Amino acid sequence: MSMFQALLRRDLLLVYRRRADAITVLVFFSIVVSLFPLGVGADPTLLRPIGAGVVWVAALLSSLLSLQRLFAADHADGTLEQILLSPQPLPLAVLAKVLAHWIATGIPLALVAPLLGMQFGLTGDALLVLTGGVLLGTPILSLVGAVGAALTLGLRGGNLLVALLILPLNIPVLILGAGAVDATQSGLGAEAHLSLLAALLIATLLGTPFAVAAALRISLD
Amino acid sequence: MAKINWFKYAAPATFYPLAGRLYPWFYGLALVLGVIGLYIGFFVAPTDFQQGEAYRIIFIHVPAAWMSMFLYLVMAGYAGIGLVFNTRLSSMMARAIAPTGALFTFLALWTGSMWGRPMWGTYWVWDARLTSELILLFLYIGFMALQAAIDDPRRGDRAGGVLALVGAINVPIIYFSVKWWNTLHQGSSINLTKAPSMAAIMLWGMLVMALCFWMYSIAVILSRVQCVIAEREKRAAWLQELASEVS
Amino acid sequence: MSQQHVTTTADTTLELRGLACVRGERRLFAGLQATVVGGELMRVRGDNGAGKTSLLRLIAGLAEPALGQVLWAGEDSRRVREPFQRALVYLGHASGIKDELDPVENLLAASALADEGLSREAACDALRAMGLGERLALECKVLSAGQRRRVALARLLLTRRRLWLLDEPFNALDPQAVQHLAGAIGRHLAAGGICLYTTHQAVDIPADKARDLFLGGRA
Repeated sequence: MSMFQALLRRDLLLVYRRRADAITVLVFFSIVVSLFPLGVGADPTLLRPIGAGVVWVAALLSSLLSLQRLFAADHADGTLEQILLSPQPLPLAVLAKVLAHWIATGIPLALVAPLLGMQFGLTGDALLVLTGGVLLGTPILSLVGAVGAALTLGLRGGNLLVALLILPLNIPVLILGAGAVDATQSGLGAEAHLSLLAALLIATLLGTPFAVAAALRISLD
Repeated sequence: MAKINWFKYAAPATFYPLAGRLYPWFYGLALVLGVIGLYIGFFVAPTDFQQGEAYRIIFIHVPAAWMSMFLYLVMAGYAGIGLVFNTRLSSMMARAIAPTGALFTFLALWTGSMWGRPMWGTYWVWDARLTSELILLFLYIGFMALQAAIDDPRRGDRAGGVLALVGAINVPIIYFSVKWWNTLHQGSSINLTKAPSMAAIMLWGMLVMALCFWMYSIAVILSRVQCVIAEREKRAAWLQELASEVS
Repeated sequence: MSQQHVTTTADTTLELRGLACVRGERRLFAGLQATVVGGELMRVRGDNGAGKTSLLRLIAGLAEPALGQVLWAGEDSRRVREPFQRALVYLGHASGIKDELDPVENLLAASALADEGLSREAACDALRAMGLGERLALECKVLSAGQRRRVALARLLLTRRRLWLLDEPFNALDPQAVQHLAGAIGRHLAAGGICLYTTHQAVDIPADKARDLFLGGRA
């Protein structure tokens, strides 16, 4: 079994054994989204246009919430040192860990997103585009988030710092993801947004594992 | 012609006195250029027939916005060089540039909103440029916060380097996505790019102010990098020698 | 589950050349010279904070030396990173044991990370040899500190790697386990391997060639 598979399997097993953590993220996501109607009022004409944006902002925050677990546990128990000492390329190990993180947080978010979208009066195509966008966008959030998590490993106040570092970098994902739903609702079609999101995903996929690997070596030095 | 060994100045020990000799001159130049630039801006340049006197803030706003973006690139460049070639001085330069870059970003935002009040009747509009500038401020703050959170200076330098590079690659993506978002959401009700054609003297005023900001940045960065070097190498022998020579 | 043969060749040489380590503003050690050849045991000694752990991490390639080189088989270990990492086992303070996995899963995951093939049976055998036979299916969070340490150390019984870097390997072990580990190190040395370790305990390890390396100024 290759290192990539083994690491992915191990991380998924850990997620499964600690499934309460993954569920907490989902509940957080739902609560944040549900707060908005309470804050701005229940008028459907008000909620419909902001629905996609609200779901996306909440997804951004939820993904952030789960980031600390990405490397911190491995750092604390010494596994991260063993990962760094593996003869296999470190960016590959990073990809395995990020993939596990996405399966544990990104996919559940994408599954719940249409339900929350319905609460905001989104229908049909808009819900489909919202789900597709979240599926395409959350891996970017996990990848970029991994850079922040790796850079702030073991620092005081690291959790808050990750938010500060990562949220500005994720703005394009927010714009494209929420914009896709808006474009569908206004009848323009979401192809342009979703293609750009996919392009961004590919670029992030190619670049960030190396940045994360460098950051991990720096943080463990 | 004598060949100058430029690499000599890449060592903090040799750069320290050089920076100390240079920065007062840059302060002086900044002062002179600032007086000329502001004189042109406030007394020579004509009143704009559409915007009245309020437009004069562009003599600070536009150069500050230029500087804020340019300094981020310079900072990322130094941080990247420091990361790749492990040259300590480059990382120290990046550290010294960040606060000045953040200052200019803040200045651009502030003057922008002061300009916006008489122009658009509101202090803040979600204009693509202002929004990008705001995000740039967040990026600067993130860089400084990360370096401040790391106690070990070498780790701080290198972590900052990775972050600055990732940020620099992201800046164009952020800029274009914000611009796109802006055109989709707001139409062209407010558009900074279609400024009325500028009189040549206005352009000159802005250029002189931009030069002034350049000189100021160089002066501040040189004096700040001196502090960084001194703090970092307070145990180093050459600094103590220097101190005993002076006293 | 016998100790596998470690190929003894001239390549089994670790050389530290002028190593210096700086942590923050503190210089831990500088100008460290040592050559360790196959079959040799080296105990790294020094007071708390003298840099013992830093030295092991530095040799492993986890940290960059401020000055100097680590040579493996005559080549800079940073240039031959991959072959060097294939020759190396590093076990740090933290044992790399996951609470939520059972000992077998932990051992299999650790071996896979190190890119060493390991069958479930071999893993179980090694854990039984470490005296964990009755706890193979329990999650590690119910194990004691010493038992978790044993899970981590079971990897040493399975690896064929020539260079062992062990940071406080005897911590939290009971006398029986200490003896067991000492025996394993002895067999590793007899087969031509190298072992560098740190400890505060006096442990008798069967070795033909044993040396001390002092950090922190003492002779």
